Amino acid sequence: MVNYSSRSSEDPAVHARDLTVVRGRRTVLHRLRFTVPRGRITGLLGPSGCGKSTLMRAVVGTQAKVTGTLDVLGAPAGHPLLRTRIGYVTQAPSVYDDLTVRQNLDYFAAVLDPGRAAADRRDDVERVLADVDLTSHAGALAGALSGGQRSRVSLAVALLGTPELLVLDEPTVGLDPVLRRDLWALFHDIAASRGATLLVSSHVMDEAERCHSLLLMRAGEILADGTPDALRARTGSDTVEAAFLHLVDEAAAADRTNAGGTEESRTEESRANADRTKESTR
Amino acid sequence: MSTTHPATTPPAPARALNASRTAATAARVLRQLGHDPRTIALMLLVPCVMLLLLRYVFDGSPRTFDSIGASLLGIFPLITMFLVTSIATLRERTSGTLERLLAMPLGKGDLIAGYALAFGALAVVQSALATGLTVLFLGLDVAGSPWLLLLVALLDALLGTALGLFVSAFAASEFQAVQFMPAVIFPQLLLCGLFTPRAAMHPVLEAVSDVLPMSYAVDGMNEVLRHTDMTTAFVRDVLIVAGSALLVLGLGAATLRRRTE
Repeated sequence: MVNYSSRSSEDPAVHARDLTVVRGRRTVLHRLRFTVPRGRITGLLGPSGCGKSTLMRAVVGTQAKVTGTLDVLGAPAGHPLLRTRIGYVTQAPSVYDDLTVRQNLDYFAAVLDPGRAAADRRDDVERVLADVDLTSHAGALAGALSGGQRSRVSLAVALLGTPELLVLDEPTVGLDPVLRRDLWALFHDIAASRGATLLVSSHVMDEAERCHSLLLMRAGEILADGTPDALRARTGSDTVEAAFLHLVDEAAAADRTNAGGTEESRTEESRANADRTKESTR
Repeated sequence: MSTTHPATTPPAPARALNASRTAATAARVLRQLGHDPRTIALMLLVPCVMLLLLRYVFDGSPRTFDSIGASLLGIFPLITMFLVTSIATLRERTSGTLERLLAMPLGKGDLIAGYALAFGALAVVQSALATGLTVLFLGLDVAGSPWLLLLVALLDALLGTALGLFVSAFAASEFQAVQFMPAVIFPQLLLCGLFTPRAAMHPVLEAVSDVLPMSYAVDGMNEVLRHTDMTTAFVRDVLIVAGSALLVLGLGAATLRRRTE
């Protein structure tokens, strides 16, 4: 087990082959194959309900019914040794509303590394508070904060310790432009100065331009991957958004030709749409 | 190091309880309650007020008050802790904090023991207040040691915590969680011997009451009430309540899944 961490840092942070996830009777991810390079920011982009969150939960090891190969930091996803090495932020802020910001962080810091000296833990808490710009709100109840502030508390929890991999599910949703810019600066700083790997999902395409590399998803499949430049060049588009739309149209056209617009495929599609609606209201 | 089919890891090796993580969890649960003084006040005062009420309802028959009062000293902590734990754990599940904790290096045992410790501490205070009030001021005539009453009350609280934790896995909302109170607690309340001795019930109901843990909680209280020393029946009752609590806690741990759909 020890040799997991001693593996070459050239290995990708995440490596997936034939990654399939089934939820209920629906296959949410279809035999995905992708890698997430180390020390970089990888954006996971795609429309709501395309399977971004499920993919992230699989990487973190909280998703059931995962088959195929999924290696994270050299160990199979969900390995107990990974629990201290991955920081994970769910889409909805997962913090205790009836605790103050500092009490939340104190508790999660204690869970993360109870052996650490109390002073070190306190420093760590101060550092992450400053990282997400909430030092002035440290004594406020999390439940009394605004939506954007609560999601930053949730992000701060994931920054505790020094995670090698940060998995952030739509961390900038509902934030104002200034905060979004600051958080992206923080993400770049974390990748550059600590060599951490970030996997960040978003459905806002302008955030794609800020990533080192991209995974574009649609309906449970990886549509394309590569750097923003490469994607733009490949599709002859000016922006990643245009490139994405181009690829989506291409894929949709291919779907139509393959299925021939039969009754069956339409039912299939409407069922998929219904599932998607269900998922987004979940 | 790559696995094929399935990519899920083998289960983590069973880990012993981590004392600091358990203590941190207990402290966190108490801190959460600390921000909610009204809940604490209700938890501590309602049993006392009910016992006070009961004392004067049975003003003319102090023997009845002795029997019912002692039984209720065991039942109150069970019901309160059941309600508080089921809602608290349900919140933990729905707020996403449970998923976060289980993605972190927290053992399921740490979480459960943390909850049991925090609510156990509160149960000690609640039971001490209720027992002190009934024995010292309401004239509950107890032959045995009041400390034994307290011991049974504490075990009942633990049982309530365990049951609450367990049923929270089957509740999708707070509405459902509170409905488990009548579903899980009321039948036990009717059959535990509070209203009529268990031996006088229909044989089928008596047999059912023999397998419900609250029956032994009430029997234990009544043993203390009637006997000056610790009887074998009392020891048996206490062991059964403690055993059921541990069993249900174990079942509750099994409902905490690191991987969910």
